[in-house]
Amino acid sequence: MQIVAKTGNEAMAEAMRQINPDVVAAYPITPATEVVMIFAQYVADGLVDTEYIPVESEHSAMSACVGASAAGGRVMTGTSSQGLALMYEILPIASALRLPIIMAEVNRALSGPINIHCDHSDTMAARDFGWIQIFSENAQEAYDNMLQAVRIAENTKVNLPAMVTTDGFIISHCMENIKILEDQEVKDFIGEKKVPVSVLDTDHPVTIGALDLQDYYFEHKRQIVDAMGKVAPVILEVAEEFAKKTGRKYGLIEEYKLADAEFAIVALGSTCGTAKVVIDELRAKGIKAGMLKIRVFRPFPAEIIAEKLSPISAIAVMDRSDSYNTQGGPVFTEIRSALYDKGKKPKIVNYIYGLGGRDIMQEDLLSVFNDLKNVGNQPQINYLGVRE
Amino acid sequence: MSEEKKSASAEATADKPGWKELPEGDVLEAATAVDFHTGSWRSSRPVWNEKNCIQCLICWIACPDSSVYVKEGKMTGFDYDHCKGCGICDHECPTKPEKRAIVMEQEKK
Repeated sequence: MQIVAKTGNEAMAEAMRQINPDVVAAYPITPATEVVMIFAQYVADGLVDTEYIPVESEHSAMSACVGASAAGGRVMTGTSSQGLALMYEILPIASALRLPIIMAEVNRALSGPINIHCDHSDTMAARDFGWIQIFSENAQEAYDNMLQAVRIAENTKVNLPAMVTTDGFIISHCMENIKILEDQEVKDFIGEKKVPVSVLDTDHPVTIGALDLQDYYFEHKRQIVDAMGKVAPVILEVAEEFAKKTGRKYGLIEEYKLADAEFAIVALGSTCGTAKVVIDELRAKGIKAGMLKIRVFRPFPAEIIAEKLSPISAIAVMDRSDSYNTQGGPVFTEIRSALYDKGKKPKIVNYIYGLGGRDIMQEDLLSVFNDLKNVGNQPQINYLGVRE
Repeated sequence: MSEEKKSASAEATADKPGWKELPEGDVLEAATAVDFHTGSWRSSRPVWNEKNCIQCLICWIACPDSSVYVKEGKMTGFDYDHCKGCGICDHECPTKPEKRAIVMEQEKK
């Protein structure tokens, strides 16, 4: 194990070097450019065996990934925002064909108005495409999640594509000390990809992705739900093995001082790091503050979230994107739904924040916890830090 | 929690495998397109006139649907089960206007 200084993008590129995928097809886009740019340098320097396909768009990148994965390769890509949006057409094809493609996705606000900074609107818009979605709080988690995602996606009970996300600039461009494994340890951890069928196996020719109409499409979609239902235990198995190797523990969620909390926030990504500092300060003053961090958003770990949140008196759900349904952000609505069948329900409010990269400061989260003390005297959906 | 509910429309396909039996990922045996008779889409058909044919095989090269039969190096006719009637064979056929080897004819209703 080594300690190295890496930005989030460098950490993801380092993970990709160690994974040494068969094919990477990608197109550069801020703030994810570096992930594939650094990786392209590794290819040019002969540090990996990867076939790098420089394509003319993200639509082509994901299409090339689908083809390469159907041929049996271990395939990766990286993108952000508009790039992810240009992939949308192909993303549900990757999951329907059960191709465990791994994507480094750097969360960035969708245009328009045009913006290059962090929010979660790009990833949240891709939440219903049958992809596993894993959020990272910092560069260390980005690195760790990339390695684990390979094992999760390629598990033969799963066979679904996965995206590992970081927050644009906040994680992608900030340098931290991270712990990395030796190359051989990564190789041993991820193992060889098992290939059930390949379009290149001419001794056993197959058709992949044929026209699938009224009589079969529904059954194939039902299979994806079934596979998604098997993801959570696989994530926990892989996390346990990873913890044995590294000492770093992961779950579907992370609890931070949640067990005895009276007031809690729910958040994803880099905001969780800020929240931990705020919670420590509140705890020092005797206020029982806590956090539930969502690591895995797809599949949505509704059961454990409901179990952990149900006993708490007041909860603020932090959404770094809006659904524009006028009922709150995507995380909020899913958590409300998860709590519906619980006998004891907490008071729960939503904060839409940080759109287009607007900073979320400690004082902002402190104000959220202050609001929670008087919950009931405020709107259910709040736009934190927007000018009136 | 979820479960499968029967529907009237599901009854119509009850002879087909359910999601638990189907191979995952829309994977089928090879060459399933052979069973799909796209020839029914055709509005006009290429008709081959053997005595004008110079056996250049340009039609065979140009056909996007592999619907030109070739046996022992010679063009022998069209696969009307799969020919969609695009007319590329007629367009590419180099025979002279007065001695055409391929002509397009309207399909009869």
